[in-house]
Amino acid sequence: METTLRQTWAFMFRGYHLTRRYISWVIVFNFYALVTSATVALIGVAAHDYQLTLTLVVGALLWNFLSMLYNEIAMSIAYERWEGTLEYTFMAPVSRSIHLLGISLFSLLNSIVQTIIVLVGLMFFTDIDFRGANLIGVLVVLAVSTLAFIGLGLMAAVLPVMSAERGAEATHIFQGSLLLVSGVYYPVEVLPKWMQPLSAMSPATYTLTACRKLIGVGNIDSRPGHLVGSSVSQVGHELLILGFMGAVMLPLGLWIFGRVEAWAKQHGKLKRTG
Amino acid sequence: MEYSAIHVRNLSKSFRKRRGFRSGSRIQALESVTFEVEEGETYGLLGPNGSGKSSLIRILSTLLVPDSGEVSLMGHSLPHEQQEVRRIIGRVSVDAAFYKKLSARENLLYTALLYGRKAAEAEKRAMEVLERLGFQNTSFSTPLEEMSRGMQQKISIARALVIDPPVLLLDEPTTGLDPKSRRDVQSFLEELRSAQGTTILLTTHDMAEAERLCGRIGFLAQGRLVAEGTADDLKRRAKALTLDDAFIHLTGEGLSKKEKPAEEVAVLEKV
Repeated sequence: METTLRQTWAFMFRGYHLTRRYISWVIVFNFYALVTSATVALIGVAAHDYQLTLTLVVGALLWNFLSMLYNEIAMSIAYERWEGTLEYTFMAPVSRSIHLLGISLFSLLNSIVQTIIVLVGLMFFTDIDFRGANLIGVLVVLAVSTLAFIGLGLMAAVLPVMSAERGAEATHIFQGSLLLVSGVYYPVEVLPKWMQPLSAMSPATYTLTACRKLIGVGNIDSRPGHLVGSSVSQVGHELLILGFMGAVMLPLGLWIFGRVEAWAKQHGKLKRTG
Repeated sequence: MEYSAIHVRNLSKSFRKRRGFRSGSRIQALESVTFEVEEGETYGLLGPNGSGKSSLIRILSTLLVPDSGEVSLMGHSLPHEQQEVRRIIGRVSVDAAFYKKLSARENLLYTALLYGRKAAEAEKRAMEVLERLGFQNTSFSTPLEEMSRGMQQKISIARALVIDPPVLLLDEPTTGLDPKSRRDVQSFLEELRSAQGTTILLTTHDMAEAERLCGRIGFLAQGRLVAEGTADDLKRRAKALTLDDAFIHLTGEGLSKKEKPAEEVAVLEKV
């Protein structure tokens, strides 16, 4: 048990020190995340539409959180390839589950911190006030959807194992597709008909729908300074689907990772250049 | 039960090299390689570039699965007991692969934690190794990207040793080092073997290094172990004055690529 905790901590330790050493880039990425979120939110402010502003702010915050979580996990293998340390991590006596758990925990913490930074920053650009929103419910939904996103991240993380450069490119294409189909800034109904079934397959769709209801977006009784958020039971349908997706995607992600690792060892793909 | 520290028998590995989408050919990286390394022995593997040395080290490091053959380290067979093998091996590769932004201390502590070691104990051990290798204490907190190749390679050796492995796999550990650093590393390896009885598998292009450090040497050419013995044995067999000459003679490196080394079969039979 002590060994497992130390091994899990190893990935947190590494992540913390890399963040510290790359702090100027971390600041740049946070600045960029804040600016893009503010740019989107200001569309609602310009339209003098509080509900639209709220929709965009919630979309920007949740997308920051979910995409950062996915991206950090999905790119963790690509980062290790670039540094040249992938072989050393894979030859350490640490189970793949602990390895991926450690990476996921650090990514989760990183995502929470970045989302808080963006939230605080957005308060300077909008007059958003979350009084009346069911924020506990939002945390419950995020906790459940996190599992599905970790699973998605693990599935995407295998791509850089298979191909050093192409894999990293593919993870970004997949991330962009999620942004397009999940209704981050608009209702999924405006998507072309043929694309709408894809939105039903994205966990982000249910996370956003549930969180907007819990915050009170779209509720006719919600007013600036007094939001009327739904109760957790009113988003039971979305929670159920997210729970199911997490229960399927997390073990599936671990399984796929294991299969691809075995394949990579067969074909000599763990080298820095793949 | 008696076992060799490293046991390799009829080991073969090939890779598919793609040409375009459909066509491709297979490259035989290792072909029926057999050798044993006894506990506490330093065994040298010498071969030209592309002879299969790194593939062999990768198989022993659990990073590559062979097509056929038997491999075991300290009685643990691969690939079935890979977690047990991972606990007993340390590896140094030709490229000092680190998180270059992190300091030596941070890199070494990360490795120690990854192996489930206590950070304080690992740090003490790392300092001992680094001091013995002539590393300045003050550099311990400097990012690796600011260090010379020689310093990085010393940290790479310290990384392999913070876990006190009974088996050390060294893939060209002194390539690119200045003469002083090379000598530091070689002295340290000698000391390690005599003081701790560490089993060492060393690949190198440096014949003098192989002669100095290795009890026995194997010549690898085109994926095959074409000769094996002490440095004197190999020179005698090749009727050569130096190990360089013996290497060129026995591996056929002096011949044009079309010609096969005629002695290979005979030498293998003798061995």
